[in-house]
Amino acid sequence: MMQRSRPEPVQVVKQRRDAALKALVEGVPYIRFLGITFDRRGDELTGVLNFDEKLIGNPFLPAIHGGVTAAFLEVTAIITLSWQHMFSGIESGEIDPEDFLKPEFPGFPKTIDFTVDYLRSGLPRDAYARATVSRAGRRYASVRVEAWQDNHERLFAQGSGHFLMPQPRKTERSE
Amino acid sequence: MVDKAKLARQFIEAIPHARALGLELTHIGEGDAEISMPYNKDLVGDPRRGVIHGGAVSAMLDTCSGAAVMSHPQAPGGTATIDLRIDYMRAATPGQTIRTRATCYHITRNVAFVRATAYDDDEERPVATASGAFTVEGG
Repeated sequence: MMQRSRPEPVQVVKQRRDAALKALVEGVPYIRFLGITFDRRGDELTGVLNFDEKLIGNPFLPAIHGGVTAAFLEVTAIITLSWQHMFSGIESGEIDPEDFLKPEFPGFPKTIDFTVDYLRSGLPRDAYARATVSRAGRRYASVRVEAWQDNHERLFAQGSGHFLMPQPRKTERSE
Repeated sequence: MVDKAKLARQFIEAIPHARALGLELTHIGEGDAEISMPYNKDLVGDPRRGVIHGGAVSAMLDTCSGAAVMSHPQAPGGTATIDLRIDYMRAATPGQTIRTRATCYHITRNVAFVRATAYDDDEERPVATASGAFTVEGG
């Protein structure tokens, strides 16, 4: 019978995954500017748009700016797609989060197009978003994302987009 | 008659998020608008190259499109985005101001249709284009 290796201690697993997520999110100034953070349960991510007055688009209602909603959905889509794309590499140790800023790192998915449906006005409070990768090919990916505030059943926006996947750096062919 | 151009300008300037992005309304016509946004390191999406995040460009295109709707002679007042599609052609050149132009090319009693384009210093090659539908309020 094959000997199964002992599972890693929970702290080791959590520390590795949280450090990778932190490096992925905190390296991007615009994500900090909007005050977006991510909650992680295993490999599942939820984007959190932490409310701030500067996110307001209509001061009379007041409501969150439509552009902020679009950006929140797009950021959640890219981070979720990047996270899923790299998850096995992070787990195996093949990808080191320290490399994200190095020039030889292949980079992150790039948005080709993104469509947002505005279903309700965004209230002046925190919002949440979750993305589903419908298809992740070698070159292109399709992602759907939905956002809500108080009640997950009552979405205030939904979006879908196409992304160009990072291509591995061409290396000297060794034969 | 109400000066819609003045109204639209005041409206943009009253938007907290437009102020946070440093947006400036540089032109408002009868159904078209132009907005510019100076380069700002806080809005970078690719820290290795210093490229502005697509989300900030989306916010500009959305604001500019809304301003174009409000400035249309047949628009009685406010507007809200129903849907907006953005196509990203290329990364905006780091350090350059981004400008957007939007045109409300058709309007009914209920819906306004808008197209918008974002540029940097190279006007021959757009950074992004958008098309969207907006509500027509206050009729």
